[in-house]
Amino acid sequence: MAGKEVSIAAKALRDVKLGELGAWFGSRDMSPKGIISAICRGRDRYLNKYIYVKKGGIGGIAMILTGYVALSYVWEYDHIKHDRWRKYH
Amino acid sequence: GLVQASRGLHTSSQCLAPMPPMPEHGGKVRHGIFPEELFQLLYPKTGVTECSNITFSLFYMLGTGLLVYLLSKEIYVINHETYAGLAMLSVIVYGVKKFGPQVAAYADQLNDEKLAKAQVVKDLTLNSMTESIENEKKEQWRTEGRSLLFDAKRNNVAMLLETNYRERLHMVTNEVKRRLDYHVALQNLKRRMEQEHMINWVEMSVVSTISPQPEKESITKCISDLKALAKTSQAKATV
Repeated sequence: MAGKEVSIAAKALRDVKLGELGAWFGSRDMSPKGIISAICRGRDRYLNKYIYVKKGGIGGIAMILTGYVALSYVWEYDHIKHDRWRKYH
Repeated sequence: GLVQASRGLHTSSQCLAPMPPMPEHGGKVRHGIFPEELFQLLYPKTGVTECSNITFSLFYMLGTGLLVYLLSKEIYVINHETYAGLAMLSVIVYGVKKFGPQVAAYADQLNDEKLAKAQVVKDLTLNSMTESIENEKKEQWRTEGRSLLFDAKRNNVAMLLETNYRERLHMVTNEVKRRLDYHVALQNLKRRMEQEHMINWVEMSVVSTISPQPEKESITKCISDLKALAKTSQAKATV
């Protein structure tokens, strides 16, 4: 796909090639303001896609809850380790 | 503050509403938790879609493999919470499947009511605006008749002036005529008086010169003359 040539900084993460990853990472705005704006942008993208629609489904909330469940499992893993059935895997 | 001159006001009849309408449906999710984009990831690279006969969906296979790995390495540990979680999950799934459409219909109905109310307000405002536009146009049309009004007023004023002028003209002629009549009457009176006075004076002087003797003689002569005249007139009448 010979599209127009955009600078590395303007590409989205999915279009960045592996070799350019370092350059891409360096060109992003990493100040606190930049990080917070990135978080806000991500939040707005998710909300606009799944929640602010006329007929939203269960997916919008279900994905958030599932993510919360998974994250809480990860944070509790050190405690859950003691419930393992076998010692050696 | 001042309006920036670079931004044109009311340049076109349409207003550039920055808000596009809300999309009908959200992003597609499979089984409630996996966004559909996940399953489209490898399509541009491999050309393999969900419906190809080669494999029963690559990602389902990948997901199963991942699950088995997590269980076997006990990265996901099966404990009392697993059973509680399974029970809750089944109840939730059953509830969503059973009551989902009803809840969705109710939410849609609430939304529709809100929209209807807003639409009513919008329609009322639009109607009142169009009415006021028409009234304004009618008022503009009415002002076109101003020239006719002023023409009529001008005619009125001209007529008043003319009437006034003519009245005064009449008055002037009447007054002048009265004064001239007075002078004429005065002259006539003077002439008459002079005439009468002269006649009286002449009579008086004539009468004073006539003595009684010649008076008697003149009377008898007059009578004989009258008799002669009467005879001639009678003769004339009979002829």
